[in-house]
Amino acid sequence: METTHLFLLVISLAAIAFYLARGRSLAMAKPLGGIKKLHSLPDYYGLNAVLWCALPPLAVLLFWLLFDEPIINSLVMGALPADLIPSTQADYNLTLNKIYNLSDGVMNSTGQLSGLVVAAEHMSGLRVISQWALTTLCMVLAMVGLFWGWRKVAADFRARQSVEKVMENLLLGCACLAIFTTVGIVLSVLFESIQFFRSVPFFDFVFGLEWSPQTAIREDQVGSSGSFGAVPLFVGTLLVSAVAMFIAVPIGLMSAIYLAEYSSKTTRTYAKPALEVLAGIPTVVYGFFAALTVAPFLRDLGADFGLAVSSESALAAGLVMGVMIIPFISSLADDVITAVPQAMRDGSLAMGATHSETVRRVVIPAALPGIVAGIMLAISRAIGETMIVVMAAGLAAKLSLNPLDSVTTVTVQIVTLLTGDQEFDSPKTLAAFALGLMLFTVTLLLNFFALHIVKKYREHYE
Amino acid sequence: MNNSMDNIQKVKQSLKRRSRSETRFRWYGRAAIMLGLAAVVLLFTDIVSKGHGAFKATYIQLEIDYNIDALGINSLSDKNQLMQANWDALPKIGLRKVFSEVSGRRDKRQLYNLVSNGAGFDLKDHLLENPLLLGQTETRWVLADDDIDTYYKSWLDGEPYAARLSKKQVQWIGQLHQQAQIRLQLNTNLLTRGDSREPEQAGIRGAVVGSLLTLLLTLMLSFPIGVAAAIYLEEFAAKNRFTDFIEVNINNLAAVPSIIFGLLGLAVFINFFHVPRSVPIVGGLVLTLMTLPTVIITSRAAIKSVPPSIREAALGMGASRYQVVLHHVLPLALPGMLTGAIIGMAQALGETAPLLMIGMVAFIVDIPQAFNDPATVLPVQIFLWADSPERAFIEKTSAAIMVLLSFLLIMNVSAVWLRKRLERRW
Repeated sequence: METTHLFLLVISLAAIAFYLARGRSLAMAKPLGGIKKLHSLPDYYGLNAVLWCALPPLAVLLFWLLFDEPIINSLVMGALPADLIPSTQADYNLTLNKIYNLSDGVMNSTGQLSGLVVAAEHMSGLRVISQWALTTLCMVLAMVGLFWGWRKVAADFRARQSVEKVMENLLLGCACLAIFTTVGIVLSVLFESIQFFRSVPFFDFVFGLEWSPQTAIREDQVGSSGSFGAVPLFVGTLLVSAVAMFIAVPIGLMSAIYLAEYSSKTTRTYAKPALEVLAGIPTVVYGFFAALTVAPFLRDLGADFGLAVSSESALAAGLVMGVMIIPFISSLADDVITAVPQAMRDGSLAMGATHSETVRRVVIPAALPGIVAGIMLAISRAIGETMIVVMAAGLAAKLSLNPLDSVTTVTVQIVTLLTGDQEFDSPKTLAAFALGLMLFTVTLLLNFFALHIVKKYREHYE
Repeated sequence: MNNSMDNIQKVKQSLKRRSRSETRFRWYGRAAIMLGLAAVVLLFTDIVSKGHGAFKATYIQLEIDYNIDALGINSLSDKNQLMQANWDALPKIGLRKVFSEVSGRRDKRQLYNLVSNGAGFDLKDHLLENPLLLGQTETRWVLADDDIDTYYKSWLDGEPYAARLSKKQVQWIGQLHQQAQIRLQLNTNLLTRGDSREPEQAGIRGAVVGSLLTLLLTLMLSFPIGVAAAIYLEEFAAKNRFTDFIEVNINNLAAVPSIIFGLLGLAVFINFFHVPRSVPIVGGLVLTLMTLPTVIITSRAAIKSVPPSIREAALGMGASRYQVVLHHVLPLALPGMLTGAIIGMAQALGETAPLLMIGMVAFIVDIPQAFNDPATVLPVQIFLWADSPERAFIEKTSAAIMVLLSFLLIMNVSAVWLRKRLERRW
C-alpha cells in the first residue's frame, strides 16, 4: 500500500476510534445519571482513543520511511557477488544507482551484468516486503490502539489527565526541535570537517595562504593537488564585511538617532517602515542590483578617475551589503536608544546641554552596550551573507586588502564547491563543510555575546 | 565675581559654535535617512526600469501556410507524423513570403533567425487546437527571437542596440515596422511557461509553482510546530536550566546564516536519508528549520500579550491549563501568530542560499506537479537567469524580481492589515 494511503487509513481509523470511544463513554454515563458522573468530558475519552490509535502507527511510519532505504541498500549491496563488490565510494554510488534504475524499470535490463539484474530483483523484492510489513504493522498497531482506547473508557478513568500528559510531551518535543536542529548542524558540519582535516591538516587550512580547491582528475595533471589555505577567504570576507559596516553603521546609527530623538511623529511613522522595506528585500535581488548596476557603475566611475576597479570589486558587494544592513542596525539602535530613561535626558538638558550634546554625551554612552551588540549581530549577518557576494564578488582567491580588487569570501566558496553534483569523499566537497564550520563558529560566538550583552543591558534599565 | 563673569563670557562665546554643531548634527541625521530612502528608491526604479519591458514581447506578423507537403504530414491524429513533421518550415515559408528577394544560404539563415526557434512548435500547438486549419492559410503574429526583441524595444526607445544583429536584419526590421508587421504584444510566455534556454520562451510558471509547493510544506510544518513550541515555552515550561537552554538555542538559530541550514539539509536529508535532490520536500524541510525560530519568537510575543487576567478568570471557573490555552489564550493570540507566520513565510519565499546547497538550482523545464517532482523556486530562478549571458535575460530577471517583490509586498501588507484588523489592545 502506498504511504499516503496508509497515512489516510490510519487517520480515518483514528476518527472511528474517536466516535466509538466517545459513544461508549456516553452509553456508560446514561445509567449513572448523565455525563456529570463521568470523570472527564466525553470528548476526552474520544481523544484518548485517538492518541492510542494514531500515535504508535504514525511513529512507526515515520521511522520506517527514514530508515527503510538505507537498510534495503545495505542488504542489497551486501548480497552482491564478490566480483561486483565496489571498492571505492564513487563506485559504490554508481553501482547502487544502476541497481535503482534497473529495479525502477528506468534502465533496460538487456545487456547488463546478470549480477546487477539479480540485485535489482532482490531490491524490488525487499521493497515489496518492506511495504507489506509496514502496512501490516501499522494496521495492527492502529487496531490494537483503537481497541485499547475503547476498552479503557470507564466512568472513573482520568481521560483528561491522560490526554494532557501526552499533549505536554508533544509540545515539549516541538520545543526541543530547536535543540535537535542545533545539534544536527553541529554534528553534520563537524563530522564532514573531521573527515576533511584527515586529508588536510587543520593548521594548513587555517593559516595557509593559498586557496585553489581544484583537484585534478588524473594524478599526473599540472597542479593536481589542490591547496586549501583559507586565509585569502577570511581576508576577503572581512574586507567585504568591513566595507558593508563602513556604510551601514554611520547611516543606520544616525538615522536611528534622528528618528528616536529629533523627528516628528509623522516623519517617524512613515520613514521607519520605509527604511525597513530594505530589510524585506530578498538578498538575491540585492545581488542582482550589485552585479548589474552598482559594479558596472563603480567600474566606469573608477575608469574616469584613472583607477582600475575590478568589475567584481569588493567595494560593490560591500556597498550593497551595507545598504541591506542599514535597517538592521537602525531598528536595533532605535530600540536601545528609546529604552534609555527620559530622566537621563532631562537631567542633561537641565544642565544646559544642547540636544545634540545630550545625545552624544549621555544617550549614546548609556545605550552603548546595546548598540555594540547590534553592530556585532550586524557583523555576523555580513559574514554569513551569501547571495550578494555570490553574484557580485569574484571567485578567484586573492589575498588583497584593496576594496577595488576582486576578492572571494567563505560563503562564495561554500556555494561554488557544493552546487551541482558532488561526492562526499573528495576533499573539495568536504572543504565546504570545514568552511561552514568556521562560519558557524564565528557567527555563533558573535551572536552569543551580542545576545548576552543585550539581555544584560535590558535588565540594567528595567 | 570676576570669575563668574568670565565663565558667562566663555559660555556666550561658545554658544554660536554649539548651536552650529547642533544644526550640523541634525543634518547628519536627516542625511542618513535620506541616503537610506534614496537607496530604496534607487533599487526599485532600477529594477522596474530594467524589467518593465519583459511584460511585452516582440511579435512578427506572418502569413502561415499550413501546407501538407511542407510539413510532410497528412493527418493530425498520427503521433509519429506529428513528431517527425517539419514544423520549423511554417515560419520559414512565412518569412520568405515577406522577403522574397532574399537569397543565398547565409542571408536566408539570418532571415530565419528573426523568429524564435520555438515558433514552429507554437504553431504546431495552435494547429492542434484548430485542426481545420490544416491545408489552409492564416495571418498570425509569431514570436520574435530574443535578439530581435531586444533590438526592437531599444530602437523604439530611441537608443538602438544592434550589437548582435547584422545590417540586413536591422534593415528587415525597419521594413517590417514600416509595413506594421512587427509589434509589441503582452508577453504571456513569461507567466505561463517554465524555464528555457531561449530567453523569449522562458517563463517563471515553473518557479512560481515550485515556490508555492515549497512554501505550502514549510507553512504546514513550521506553523503548528512553532506554535506548539511557543505554547510550551510560555505556558507550561518550568523556569529551569533546560528551558533556558532551549531559549538560547532558538535565539541563536534565528541568527545563524541561512547557508548553514543548507549545509545541514545537504548532510542530513540528502546524504544521510537519501531524499532525492531538487525536490520541494527537502526545500520545505530546510526552510521549516530556518523559519521555525521566527515563528516561535513571534508566537511567544503574541501569547505574552494576552493579559494574565483572562487566564486567571478561566482557571477560576475550573478550566484545566490546557483548556485555558486552547479555549482562551490561543484564539486571542491567533492574529499575532498568523502575522508571525506570514513574516516567516515571506522570509522563506525570498531565501536562496540554502536551496542552492540542496540542488534546487537544476535547469528544470517542466512545471512541478507534486512535492517530489524536481523543482526550482522563484529566487533561485532569478539567480540562474542573472547568471545567464544572454542580454535578454537581464530584462527577464528584473521582471521575475518584480513578481517576487509583489508577492512579498502582498504578504507583508496582509500581515500589517491582519494585525491592525484583528489585534486587540488590552
